[in-house]
Amino acid sequence: MNPITISKVLGIFVLIFSTGMIAPMVVAWIYGEAEWLNFLFTMLVLIAVGLLLWLPNRNRPSEVHARDGFVIVASFWLVLGLLGTLPFLFSTSVDLSLTDAFFESTSALTTTGATVISGLDFLPKSILFYRQLLQWFGGMGIIVLAVAVLPMLGIGGMQLFRAETPGPNKDNKLTPRITETAKSLWYLYITFTVICALAYWYAGMSLFDAICHSFTTIATAGMSPHDASMGYFNNAMIEWIAVFFMFISGITFATHFLAFRRGSLWVYFRDEETVTYFAIVVTAISVIWLTLVVHDINDNSFQVLRQTIFQVVSYLTTTGYSTTDISLWPFHISLIVVSLSFFGACAGSTAGGMKIVRIIIATRQVLREIYQLIHPRAIFSVKLNNHPVEYRVIQSVWVFLLVHLVIFFVLMQILLITGMDFITAYSTAASAINNLGPALGEAVSNWSSLNSVAKWLLSLAMIMGRLEIFTLLVLLTPMFWRK
Amino acid sequence: MKILILGAGQVGCAIAEILANENNDVTVVDDDEKTLAQLREKLDIQVVLGKASHPNVLRKAGAKDTDMLIAVTSSDETNMIACQIAYTLFKTPKKIARLRSSSYMTRQTLFGKDHIPIDVIINPEQLVTNQIKRLVQYPGATQVLDFADGKVELVATKAEFGAEMIGHELRDLVKFNPNLESRVAAIFRNNQPIIPEGTTVVEQGDEVFFIAAKDQIKNVIEELQPQHSSKYRNIMIAGGGNIGERLAEALETRHNVKIIELNADRTVHLANHLSKALVLRGSASDETLLVEENISSIDLFIAVTNDDEANIMSCLLAKKLGADKVISLINNPSYADLVQGGKIDIAISPKLATISSLLAHIRHGDISRVYSLRRGSAEAIEIIAHGDQKTSKVVGRQINQIDLPKSASIGAIVRGDELLIAHHDTVIESDDHVIVFIADKSDVKAIEELFHVAFTFF
Repeated sequence: MNPITISKVLGIFVLIFSTGMIAPMVVAWIYGEAEWLNFLFTMLVLIAVGLLLWLPNRNRPSEVHARDGFVIVASFWLVLGLLGTLPFLFSTSVDLSLTDAFFESTSALTTTGATVISGLDFLPKSILFYRQLLQWFGGMGIIVLAVAVLPMLGIGGMQLFRAETPGPNKDNKLTPRITETAKSLWYLYITFTVICALAYWYAGMSLFDAICHSFTTIATAGMSPHDASMGYFNNAMIEWIAVFFMFISGITFATHFLAFRRGSLWVYFRDEETVTYFAIVVTAISVIWLTLVVHDINDNSFQVLRQTIFQVVSYLTTTGYSTTDISLWPFHISLIVVSLSFFGACAGSTAGGMKIVRIIIATRQVLREIYQLIHPRAIFSVKLNNHPVEYRVIQSVWVFLLVHLVIFFVLMQILLITGMDFITAYSTAASAINNLGPALGEAVSNWSSLNSVAKWLLSLAMIMGRLEIFTLLVLLTPMFWRK
Repeated sequence: MKILILGAGQVGCAIAEILANENNDVTVVDDDEKTLAQLREKLDIQVVLGKASHPNVLRKAGAKDTDMLIAVTSSDETNMIACQIAYTLFKTPKKIARLRSSSYMTRQTLFGKDHIPIDVIINPEQLVTNQIKRLVQYPGATQVLDFADGKVELVATKAEFGAEMIGHELRDLVKFNPNLESRVAAIFRNNQPIIPEGTTVVEQGDEVFFIAAKDQIKNVIEELQPQHSSKYRNIMIAGGGNIGERLAEALETRHNVKIIELNADRTVHLANHLSKALVLRGSASDETLLVEENISSIDLFIAVTNDDEANIMSCLLAKKLGADKVISLINNPSYADLVQGGKIDIAISPKLATISSLLAHIRHGDISRVYSLRRGSAEAIEIIAHGDQKTSKVVGRQINQIDLPKSASIGAIVRGDELLIAHHDTVIESDDHVIVFIADKSDVKAIEELFHVAFTFF
């Protein structure tokens, strides 16, 4: 633990974050909104905080070690979550308490996409744009987190991916690997965003809407500058574009990178996680569609299929756009759709949830236990993409899944104690910990009616889910702080 | 021919014996004095004591005017270095080396004039694996030998009770199955060779060697073995060494494979590298393990540990517990004689496989394949005919006009891509690959001379 390093790195983060205020300022200027002043204030505060953290330590030599990594990663979302509230607090057009502002900014940064603001269509464009930008920014953080940091820290079996992109340092120095890997993946992230925005624009969105939605599609975040989300457009082409980009954002970015570099689609077919992801999507769509057709919610079963495909991809990738009100679907189906977010998409994508690779490894371990009962003397090996998976990894994966679910249940119980009804507690807890966004019950249109204890808890759950739980749990153990 | 053999192990000694008996000038190098002394007493050869890769030892052994170097010491590295030294210092024209480690074998670019100058690499484990793989492919065969790059195969099988062919003459084979393109090359009855004629009657228990194209083999076996023509489904392999692993890897996609290995680390390695085969930790002679793993439903049990006794015992046990067929790897030829054809269906000798493979490169004339059969008493060779009617004793003649030794018979001819099953009036052309079965090994020399092109050819 090295406080100098940590404050220096955080200082740099905050300084970079401050430059992000320029974009909403430009938007405010274009639309002639007075909000630009708020963003300027925010920027000045951010620069001041950033310099305060960075200047005193700028010449001190610093090496980031794994232990510092835990603190840096956790404070990235906590500190930026707090500082990100400033534009909401300064603004007079949105009237948000500190609780609501923190909830909104955390929800955006963790790419959850749950909102406490209603009447979005009447808000200044610059504020709307700022929300979208926060999510896009969070997505960039997640890529680094998922591709470089978590594998190095070895969270929840993510050490699996450690060998995938070999860096110059095999020891506990984090920085060189991260910059290298992150840069190439960010190019990809930005490219996807640009293509997605152009596609939306072409399909009929206004340029502003296209950019805003591309930010939250690629980040699988899911906030929209419209109350009706994607349903606002009621345009089949836009929906298919959204489905496509949500789906590919759910694939490991490192896999995309490999496919681009080799110029071959085979990379996807050879990756077991991608194939399983696809299989889960297809299975979920068919099951839910058939159930809906049986329940006869709409005469036009093709219309229902279109809605099902959109909803399944959106919820599974934990994006959380919607084109229809799923709470109007039969109760058990809306519950299933929300629960899809527990799967999440592939590890190393911008999606939340438990991640499909973990589900695969855990399932194979279960099968191994069963086979072992049949053949007591046999030696089995759990494999992923034909490579044996170490026992240590399998163990972390199982513990991860268990803790993820336990935390979900504990959170749900606490929410029930604060006086929520079951369906609201279940769906908001699941939605927060899986970084999904939408929920059912009281929170069906937005989360503003929840009590403030619940809002703080759920904000924390979003960060916890985003950081794959253990990064945060580590910080809560006394052993970590012992010298 | 002057031949230098490095290493007086099992293969080295056996090769030395064969070559010495064929009137070659053989020198054996080894660093064990006792082995060399024994060898010198038994054979008419020269022996040199010393490390096989040392230049001075090679010089002493006469590497300078050697025609061929055969490196079969127990160490891959020694074999490779010896070839390198022989090439650099002594310009030895032909260098053959045995390499066991598969990590050398997978890098073919390593070998060649500019790198490690080995002309022929012999890998016994690969040879044995291929041999077993072919046996699995043709249930009922006791031996399957490739000729002409696998276009033709010589297959040995036993005529079993209930077969249509029993009691019939060989020429009736065509009557039973008119599309059959095959020729019986030899029949062994009570270990005595019978040169097959059209009128030879097949009896129960005969070991029949026949030549056929790849796709015809199953049909021929069916005529001789009505019960065993079905496919092997469940296969158990005892021993997860290199051979066991390669076999399991080759068989796991098409068969249910179980592989037993005693060493704990090795089982983990196997489990990690095999995708479908079931890896079991334990001893292959552990009755409870075999019963637990349903040995009675095993169609084929293959013992490939490096211990002859363990292989034989586990095979006997497996057979007793209900395994349908058993194959055992047996190095010691006396053991092989004892058990083959009795309780153990097929005995496979890595030594014999290595020797066969070596012989193909040693023999005079243009011989591309040699298989040593029946513990070395018989041979099957693929020899290329050269010259024309004047210079050659075979080219341009009908088969019945060729003056073949008594124990030899021509089974088939491969001309380009075409397979011709030999008939008495088939005419041999230049560049034909002729497949000859020689029931008595002492006639090999005569065959070589027969195919030798007279001097005027040049």
